[in-house]
Amino acid sequence: MRNGTEAIALVAATFLALLGAAFAQDELFRIHAWVLVGVLAIASIVLLRRIEFAPAGQAPKVAEETGYMDQVVRYGALITVFWGVVGFLVGVVIAAQLAWPVLNIEPYLNFGRLRPLHTSAVIFAFGGNALICTSFYVVQRTCHARLFGGNLAWFVFWGYQLFLVMAATGYLLGVTQSKEYAEPEWYVDLWLTIVWVAYLIVFLGTIIRRKEPHIYVANWFYLSFIITVAMLHLVNNAAIPVSLLGSKSYTAFAGVQDALTQWWYGHNAVGFFLTAGFLGMMYYFVPKQANRPIYSYRLSIIHFWALIFLYIWAGPHHLHYTALPDWAQTLGMVFSIMLWMPSWGGMINGLMTLQGAWDKLRTDPILRMLVMSLAFYGMSTFEGPMMSIKSVNSLSHYTDWTIGHVHSGALGWNGLVTFGALYYLIPKLWNRPLYSLRLVNWHLWLATLGIVVYAAVMWVAGITQGLMWREYDDQGFLVNSFVETVAAIHPEYVMRTAGGLLYLTGALVMVYNIWRTIRSDVPQEELDSPESAPSAAAAK
Amino acid sequence: MAVFDHHKKLERNVSLLFVASLVAVLIGGIVEITPLFYLKNTIEKVEGMRPYTPLELAGRNVYIREGCYVCHSQMIRPFRDEVERYGHYSLAAESMYDHPFQWGSKRTGPDLARVGGRYSDEWHVQHMINPQSVVPESIMPSYRFLASARVDEIDIAAHLSANRAVGVPYTDDMVANALDDLKAQANPDADTEGLESRYQKISIRDFDGNPGIVTEMDALVAYLQMLGTLVDLDAYRQNESLR
Repeated sequence: MRNGTEAIALVAATFLALLGAAFAQDELFRIHAWVLVGVLAIASIVLLRRIEFAPAGQAPKVAEETGYMDQVVRYGALITVFWGVVGFLVGVVIAAQLAWPVLNIEPYLNFGRLRPLHTSAVIFAFGGNALICTSFYVVQRTCHARLFGGNLAWFVFWGYQLFLVMAATGYLLGVTQSKEYAEPEWYVDLWLTIVWVAYLIVFLGTIIRRKEPHIYVANWFYLSFIITVAMLHLVNNAAIPVSLLGSKSYTAFAGVQDALTQWWYGHNAVGFFLTAGFLGMMYYFVPKQANRPIYSYRLSIIHFWALIFLYIWAGPHHLHYTALPDWAQTLGMVFSIMLWMPSWGGMINGLMTLQGAWDKLRTDPILRMLVMSLAFYGMSTFEGPMMSIKSVNSLSHYTDWTIGHVHSGALGWNGLVTFGALYYLIPKLWNRPLYSLRLVNWHLWLATLGIVVYAAVMWVAGITQGLMWREYDDQGFLVNSFVETVAAIHPEYVMRTAGGLLYLTGALVMVYNIWRTIRSDVPQEELDSPESAPSAAAAK
Repeated sequence: MAVFDHHKKLERNVSLLFVASLVAVLIGGIVEITPLFYLKNTIEKVEGMRPYTPLELAGRNVYIREGCYVCHSQMIRPFRDEVERYGHYSLAAESMYDHPFQWGSKRTGPDLARVGGRYSDEWHVQHMINPQSVVPESIMPSYRFLASARVDEIDIAAHLSANRAVGVPYTDDMVANALDDLKAQANPDADTEGLESRYQKISIRDFDGNPGIVTEMDALVAYLQMLGTLVDLDAYRQNESLR
């Protein structure tokens, strides 16, 4: 019987969630438990309809047990696109709210509740799914082994989506522990821990059963990302719940210790989720798309170990000039500056992989996208160390400069490398050529223009704000009230919304392109010029 | 080079790779975070710090729930302009009972570390109901619903107990009287003797101008009005050089 045990487990979980709703100790937990009941009930019904009984006397089907496990990667690719659009859309909405506060709809759609939804949707839903999906694809190819654990990979996939749905609905309801990028409350955190351990088992198990003696460099990065995120998640979310059936908890640490723990976590969410994991992606898809080996094996060793060792120290640069002791701030600054080198090691290794294949940039927009993402990676990993210098930080901190910096990294590096990987993956996974390379090019330039507008106006806004806050007149009085500095950057807030809209438009072009590809429509380019068929290059 | 030959062992043994990369990422955190728990000069010795009253704690939880920290910091840096604009720079001691901390990372709105006592209760209530009515250029959302949401029905004693479990020095007396204290602080006609004996430097009044029920508006305004007011900064300044 297929899906039988799973269906029973889901029904039991639905019942437990129902009990949670019935005996909830506070209103928010009750509503959140009802959300869980709804999600699990739908999942149960779907799975109950899919139970398959083996015909009498015959063994159950085992046909799928050979070869690579790619269906979960296909689902992952599509869900990545879905969450990406959600994350970008919410981003555009909250950008518009900052320009026009009338767009806030209290209480559920106020900026304070939507902003964590945006950050989590982009980092954990879009980025996280991209990482899980590509790591499942890459680890199978580079190890010549099927994913370990059978349906455990499906558990990771659906378990992770459940985490995302619970986190997202929690934010709108007001269930948050207020730690940036770790907002979900204790029970959602516990669930993520279970899913993450399963993910580690699938990934590690696949490496263990590899048929290659050598573990490919992409897998070092993915592995380090999975291990470190587990460590960060467990320590930073240590908390005591008010009630086992309540939504609220109090963090284990207070004040200055809590602040440093949070930014040790927060900066390494950037360092390991958005950097190490995505470098794993880069180390597979850039050489594949360029059809060249990685530029330097030694550089990859040096920059891997330097990157993971140094990144962990950089957290205190989020707390310059605060009540955190000076020695910790200085340590954070020094290590952040050193971090520039291994970061650029990764960029150089990626870019130089194109040695001897630079001409492909003229004809291959997917490769162009990957190279553009490396350029943004290099740019933001230079900007980051610069902003971690205390005297620069005294101006930039608390301003929109930081927001601009984050977005050049997230939209430029993480976004573009994910799009590049998706354009590579989708034709492979569905075994058909990409519908349109021309649309890929449109996507690339819409996205790039969006990022450039976004980052540039945020520099202007941030530096304006920072300078206005500290502006004195001849008599030594502060020149500006706070709200004057808010009014001054209204034009930038409007332009930033436009930049975000461009980026979102690019993503929608991708959705269209992928949809037409999966529908097996005849590639556009073949219709235009039947002889040349350049799209074959991408579908190779 | 020999180093790279040795590295081949790591590339062929996933257990070694696992352990080595875990060790590499453990070191930084251990060196930076653990000393904060035992170095005595991490948190200044100050006069006046006390745990939040039940009403202030409820208000703080509203502040967290609504994501106020997304736009407002509570951490004044030791710069001339910040000290002039917001007041004395923030001390580590001032957030010693904050689970979690609310230092923030972005100032879309002004810092709130010392907002206590700067505006009247009426101003705060009006500002929450319609921010643009008191600050026309403000881009803050409105929080009118707080005025009708009750806080006197939550099990606030359990919240105090949970805080005590993570190290906040709430006494048995404070936990036992939590709900009464919460109601009393928003009611000037109540018997507040016990409340005042349990918490020093406390404001007792009907914060939201709506007597009868205790709302989230009461709680939030009570929290905002005490921010940055506990520590005796004059005493701290005199001993500052001794730190």
